[in-house]
Formats: sequence, structure tokens, C-alpha cells
Amino acid sequence: MTRKNTEIQRKNQSYWGEVFFRLRKNKMAMLSLYVLVTIIALCIIVPIISPYEIQTTNLAGKDQRPNSQHLLGTDLIGRDLFTRLFYAGRISLGVALAVVFIECIIGVVLGSIAGFYGGIIDVVIMRIAEIFMSFPFMIICITIVAIFGNSIPTLILVLAVLSWPSIARIVRGQILTLREMEYMEACEALGISDVRRIFKHLLPNVLAYVIVYATLGMASVILVETSLSFLGLGVSPPTPTWGNMIQEARNMLIIQQKWWYWVPPGICIFISVMCFNILGDGMRDAIDPKMKR
Amino acid sequence: MRNYVIRRILQMIPVFIGILFILFFILEQAPGTPVSNMMHPKMTPEQKAELAQKLGLDIPWHERFVNYIKEAAQGNLGYSNTHKKPVTEVIGDYIGPTLLLSIVSLSISLILGIPAGIISATKQYTAIDNILTVVSFIGISLPSFFFGLILLKLFAVDVQLFPLFGLQDPLLMSNNPIDKFLDVAWHLVLPSIVLGLSSTASFMRYTRSSMLEVIKQDYIRTARAKGLKEKTVIYRHAFRNGIIPIITLLGFWIPSLLSGAVVTETIFALPGLGKISVEAAMNRNYPLILGINSLLTILTLIGALVADLLYAIADPRIRYD
Repeated sequence: MTRKNTEIQRKNQSYWGEVFFRLRKNKMAMLSLYVLVTIIALCIIVPIISPYEIQTTNLAGKDQRPNSQHLLGTDLIGRDLFTRLFYAGRISLGVALAVVFIECIIGVVLGSIAGFYGGIIDVVIMRIAEIFMSFPFMIICITIVAIFGNSIPTLILVLAVLSWPSIARIVRGQILTLREMEYMEACEALGISDVRRIFKHLLPNVLAYVIVYATLGMASVILVETSLSFLGLGVSPPTPTWGNMIQEARNMLIIQQKWWYWVPPGICIFISVMCFNILGDGMRDAIDPKMKR
Repeated sequence: MRNYVIRRILQMIPVFIGILFILFFILEQAPGTPVSNMMHPKMTPEQKAELAQKLGLDIPWHERFVNYIKEAAQGNLGYSNTHKKPVTEVIGDYIGPTLLLSIVSLSISLILGIPAGIISATKQYTAIDNILTVVSFIGISLPSFFFGLILLKLFAVDVQLFPLFGLQDPLLMSNNPIDKFLDVAWHLVLPSIVLGLSSTASFMRYTRSSMLEVIKQDYIRTARAKGLKEKTVIYRHAFRNGIIPIITLLGFWIPSLLSGAVVTETIFALPGLGKISVEAAMNRNYPLILGINSLLTILTLIGALVADLLYAIADPRIRYD
């Protein structure tokens, strides 16, 4: 009986309703989603739940072990590490979100133009994409950040500009297939403008792939940003990010005795990256059940 | 086939020059001039101009770019002021550890990742598959610098099993090649585990999904129906097709290995390309930055070509002409 109900219910569902229905059945993906929501929520409400300010130093209470006052202890100038951890999360997650957003916009626009118009435009755009893909990613990031100074906007721009080609290729591939379908012929017969055809009739069909790509992209951008910050070439102190908090562990005394300086940010990076990866994988399966591994 | 390779190599040239052009352009936008570091604060403007002229910096950047390409084509990548040596020699000095580290960790990842992926695919949805899948997710998600620090903490600081940093023990007196080899191997254990972790996990995931796809095909059912042993079916019939995506992947793996090497070499203080490229960027050593980037770009492009060629070798249906 229940089964019949679900079937009736599912008939009325939209495409996205279907996707969420399938995603909801994936326990790992849902768990990842909840964990991510929790982490993001903590990062947002940290000023409310924490009695400490991010930059306030307190030399009387410096270098404490984790205790009831300071859940993760304090650093060498008495800043509360728990508070800093979630402020750092704001930066790390915020940078990743901004990079993925910009990268998707560049990638979707260029990819759909290349796929839709084809011919010489396609060749030029894809050749440029190829050039960007052949850049030695990490070394170029390091070079540019070192030369122009490590500000957050520079970092976001560099990462976004270096990573758009993959999404452009995905979008282009999809548009190439869709363009040949009959409903596009109908569009042409109706005399609908190019812009409208791309935005109204082609892109919505590609959106699902973009969302999956963006979710997995969050994972890889977090890894790159934290690596750069760890190397001292990403976001620089005193602004905390998960990457530059771990930098503390390059001090021998800290790696020997004081795990609370560097292990919590490491775990935060690990968990958020893992959740984005699992969620992205789950969404890919939900969007296209045929592709299920 | 030969024509294809030649055509591809010719196509690489504009891409390569394009990349160098963009790099040149970026470096040109940087505040300060490349000679700022070499200049003595007490130099007169005339002396500065003379130095700039001597170094060929008094001409517009696009002309310098043409000069750079001309010189690079003859194997001259310029002079590294920090090392007091030509760039080609500096790269030659430091490329060894990076290559060694990359090759060792790539071999480890292939040896572990592919079999694990096959096992995971043949035992789909069993406990072992679930465990391997979780392990592979951990592998692609664990940041390498954090993993490296944990290993250092556990196996070099707490239990002093492995050396903390470097590639050789400076106190090693013996000149016996076997001792030297063991010493280097000993120093490479932790770095290659760190660099190899994410590749192992990725190879495992790719192998698993491609094997799952192959196993579903009709010819595998035929092979089973013929009464072949399961091992023969999997390792002779399915494996040959299942491995194709991994082979193609290998060519594209070079850049990601080298990116990983930057972080790994920094954590373990290995004297490799990754370490000097961070230093070069920090010191604004433009010739060295350009040199390393050109080398890595060429390797990336060659990797892509090799990937396509290996694809043709592994899959006879693919023909290039």
C-alpha cells in the first residue's frame, strides 16, 4: 500500500523533485549534507556562541591547553583557538564558494558559446581552454600570489581563472549533444533568439551537471586554498584560515607537544572536503541513475 | 601514426608559446622590475640604466619575449641570480629528487590502487568493497600537508623511526653505494606515502568504476559461459578493457604529481623542484620561475600526447591517422 502511495506521489514530482527523492535515499550523501550544514552554521554563528573576539589577545591566558574556558586552548598570544577555527572556516569555505561561483560563470558562458556556435569560435575558445589546462597549476598559483601579494581577492581570482576550462568542456559537450535535438529545431523554426535559446532552452538541461561539478569543485578548491595558505602563499595571518593555522605545526615544539594548534583545523579541512566529495558523488548518482557505479 | 605524432607536436608549439606569453605578461604586470633585486641602493640612475641595458631590459616586454623564445629554443633559459648559475643547471641540480619521489610514489599508487580497485569491483556491495570505498574517499579528501604532518608526528617525532627531513643523512660517513641507496630510500618512505596517497585513492576509484562497466558487458558473460575460470575472466578478459581509462589517466597525472611534490617537498625539506619553485616565487627570481614553468608545461603537454598514444596501444579500435 505504501509502495502504491509513493508511486502516485512520485508521478507529480518535477525533475528536481525526482533528483531529491533519489538523493534522500543515499544515506552517506545525506549525512554529508547534514555535517556540512552544521559546519557552515557554526562558522556563521561563531560570533554569537563564542565570548571571545577573533583578534583579541590575552597575554595572561596565553598558550593554554584545551579547557572548559577555551575548548581548544589558546595560542601564543592568548587568542581563543576554537573561535579562530570557525572564523578560519568562514574564510576557507567562503574563498572556495567564491572561486567555484566565478569559475562556473566563466566556464558556463564560454562553454555554451563554444558549443552553441561551433566553428571557429569553438576552436578558439577550446584552444584557450587547452592553454589554461596545460598550466602547471600549483606553481603558477604560487608565482602569481607571490608576485602580486597574497590578498584574498587575488587568490580567488587566480584560482577561478585557472580552473574554468574543465567546466567549460563539460558544458560544451552537453550543449553539442542537446543542440542536435529536435526541440532545438523547433526553437529555430519559431525564430527564438540565440540568447534566449541558450539561456532558456539549453542551459537548464546542463544545470544538473554544473551543480555536481560545483560540489566536487568545492572539495578541490578547499584543498588547494588550504595548501597554498599552508605554504604561506594563500591567505596570510593574522586572518586565519584552516591552512595557515596548520602552519603552526612547522614549529618543532608545537608538533611535539601541542596537538590542539594544528589537528583541529586539519580535521575540519578533511571532513568538509570529504563531505563535499561524497555529496557530489551522491548527487551525480541522483541526477543520472544510469551513471550509478 | 607517425604523421599524427608529428602533427600533435606541431600543435603543441602554439599552446606552449601561448602559455609562455601569458606568463611573461603576468610577470610584466608585477610591481618592480626584475633588476630591482640586483641593484645596489647606492647606484646612480646611469648605472641602473646601464645594468638594465646589459641585461636586455631596456626594450619593450614583447620584444624581450621574442628574445626569450629565441634563446630558449637554443637551450638557454637565462641566469639565476640567487644560485649564481644558469637556470638550466639549477633545474638539473634539483630535478633528481622530484623525479625520484614522483616515480616511487606513482609506482606505489599503481601497485596498490589498481588491484584494490579490481577487488572492489569484483566484490561490489560486499563489506570489503564498502571498506575500500571509504578508504578511497579518505584518500582523496585528506589534505596532503596534514597527512604529512601526522606521519611526521607519529613516525619521526614520537617514535623516531624515520628521518625528519632531507634526502640524505649529512652524517653518513660510508661511501658504499648500497648504504647510500638505503639511506635515500629510508628518507623517501614518508614523502612517497604522502605523495602517493591521493593518487592511490584516485586510481582505485577509476579502476573500480571502469571494471564495473566492463564486467557488465556481454563478452564477459560469454567468457563465463565458456566455462573459463573466474580469475581468467577478470584478469585476462575484463582487465584489458578495464585498464584503458587508467592508462589514459597516467599521461595527465604528471602535472598533478608535480603539484603535489611542491607541498610534499616543503614539508619534508627535500631539495627538489617544488621547493626551489616556492623559493623562486618568493625571491621573484623571474628566469627561474619561467624556466621551471616552461619545463612543467612541456612535461604536461608531452604527458597529454603520451596519454593519447597509450590509448591507441591499449585499445586497437582507436586509430590515429
